[in-house]
Amino acid sequence: MTTTTVYDEMIEARRPPDLRSGVAGWLRKNLFNGPVNSVITIITAGLMAWALWPLLQWAVLQADWIGQTREDCSGEGACWVFISARFETIVYGFYPEAARWRVDIIFAMLAALIAWLAIPRLPAKRWVGLFALVGFPVVAYFLLVGGHFGLMYVPTREWGGLMLTLTIATVGIVGSLPLGVILALGRRSKMPLVKSVCVVFIEFWRGVPLITVLFMASVMLPLFVPTEVDFDKLLRALVGIMFFWSAYMAEVVRGGLQAIDKGQNEAGQALGLSYWQRMGLIILPQALKLVIPGIVNTFIALFKDTSLVLIIGLFDLLAIVRAGLTDPNWLGFATEGYVFAALVFWVFCFSMSRYSQYIERKLHTGHRR
Amino acid sequence: MTTPAASASNGPMIEIQRLNKWYGDFHVLRDIDLTVARGERIVICGPSGSGKSTLIRCVNHLEEHQQGEIVVNGIAMTQDVKRIEQIRRHVGMVFQHFNLFPHLSVLENCCLSQVWVQKKPRAEAEATAMEYLERVQIANQAYKYPGQLSGGQQQRVAIARALCMRPDVMLFDEPTSALDPEMIKEVLDVMVELAHEGMTMLCVTHEMGFAKTVADRVIFMDQGQIIEEAPPESFFNNPRSERTQLFLSQILGH
Ligand SMILES: Nc1ncnc2c1ncn2[C@@H]1O[C@H](COP(=O)(O)OP(=O)(O)OP(=O)(O)O)[C@@H](O)[C@H]1O
Ligand SMILES: [Mg+2]
Repeated sequence: MTTTTVYDEMIEARRPPDLRSGVAGWLRKNLFNGPVNSVITIITAGLMAWALWPLLQWAVLQADWIGQTREDCSGEGACWVFISARFETIVYGFYPEAARWRVDIIFAMLAALIAWLAIPRLPAKRWVGLFALVGFPVVAYFLLVGGHFGLMYVPTREWGGLMLTLTIATVGIVGSLPLGVILALGRRSKMPLVKSVCVVFIEFWRGVPLITVLFMASVMLPLFVPTEVDFDKLLRALVGIMFFWSAYMAEVVRGGLQAIDKGQNEAGQALGLSYWQRMGLIILPQALKLVIPGIVNTFIALFKDTSLVLIIGLFDLLAIVRAGLTDPNWLGFATEGYVFAALVFWVFCFSMSRYSQYIERKLHTGHRR
Repeated sequence: MTTPAASASNGPMIEIQRLNKWYGDFHVLRDIDLTVARGERIVICGPSGSGKSTLIRCVNHLEEHQQGEIVVNGIAMTQDVKRIEQIRRHVGMVFQHFNLFPHLSVLENCCLSQVWVQKKPRAEAEATAMEYLERVQIANQAYKYPGQLSGGQQQRVAIARALCMRPDVMLFDEPTSALDPEMIKEVLDVMVELAHEGMTMLCVTHEMGFAKTVADRVIFMDQGQIIEEAPPESFFNNPRSERTQLFLSQILGH
């Protein structure tokens, strides 16, 4: 015989148990939950200390920071004097000292614009974004190149160091994303001509190594183009880098476009939205959000590969550091040089990575798609 | 509700003549003739794959047809994008899987086309949106995202979103078949109310109760063809064709 049970007392809603009970709680939960895990934790910590301690000693504890020449270095740890003594060159390259304030202004503007666009709380994103895409490049061009308004002309061959790296990376990133989006849309177009142009473009640029692109831009192009039209070498490299990465970007974005349910486009059609409205308001916001990891991945690869321009004689950050290694007064500090260059690249790339994760979390709108 | 805007013609709402459509070699729609008068409610049913969705999707050109004429609200369907968009502005559609925009809040879902297609000021669009959300009884969820709503709630939002464009005719493609049983009623209630207010409706559904209460005509399709077309009374009580009888016996479960 079955019995019927009736629960006629309502259970009050309670707060969930507190899972984050401070550092001690975290340690116990993650590192010391049981004898085996405790032993593993201790051994791992020991190994890490054993491996990292010498590095810490070399890089920080026994390192020399202050001075002008190599004589200021004791030689026991890292000689960061090598970096600090040539810090200006590493940042500005061969940019004339008297005009470096112009670079500083551009650095400051770039930092301010990125911060403004990146911090969600700040208002007027649309106008700031518009300025960043249209106004800023013009200002940057006139300030950095000069030759107008009484500013001294600084040819791009005198640019270098971090400033050149950031120039290439910024132009590459800002140029390749929109171009990539257009190419991705074009590749999915129903118009045969548009589609084939985009496919050929993407497959061509994706099929050649970036080094080849740079060589073609610096060596081959001048052979085909009449000598009177003298494109700047940096400009040629920039265009090459932009096209190259836009092809990658296009495929990343296309992956996102394909992941969007067909019904989204149909719902937009049924509401009477035009093609560009559907893409701009419905499809792209979702598709781009889906592929943020892929986009940032491409940005990071682009940022690091800016250092390839050294093979066509442009002195980016890494090339400037390398050039310093051959300075007769400073022979033997290759480790410091490369570690520093790696650190700078890492800081930029890691920031991009963290920011992308933050944005992904922020754009998340509920558990179901 | 507001009466449909005075339109170009006083003729039928939808006029379909000898419509034929193929997917490759597959003949999905065969010589479809259908005229829907203003204010008429039509329910389309039929076995899976019979072309019901394809037929109503031709009405707002989500599918392209190869032969025949479709005239919606006095506007003849052509390949011209501008004309297609003009037709779509007056034709609301509700999908089986809701197709709400997941990156926009409920309110933004309802405002999007008002702002971008009808070029309404934001405040006015929001007022209209709230009015219709109120009517489908979901105004209190206006600031949530679709992913935070139940299926039934999402479908009601989808109906409100379509109504915000003040369409002259509404197309429904199995609006309740993706819903759990207890949510079907809340959506059907909204549709019944809409029908009573005089909206022209073309509705693919297997909810025979709905067909009996609101339909002026029930259309049975099989293999791309209209097999039987009758008022619900005679359609359910003495279906003429054998295929209809078979279908009804299956769907009514006896
Ligand atoms: N894009 C397509 N390409 C080829 N065949 C298709 C396509 N879309 C639909 N079909 C076929 O056309 C026929 C009709 O499809 P449709 O979706 O209109 O059927 P339906 O009556 O709505 O069925 P259901 O009740 O399952 O929704 C089906 O046999 C289907 O396989
Ligand atoms: Mg269907």
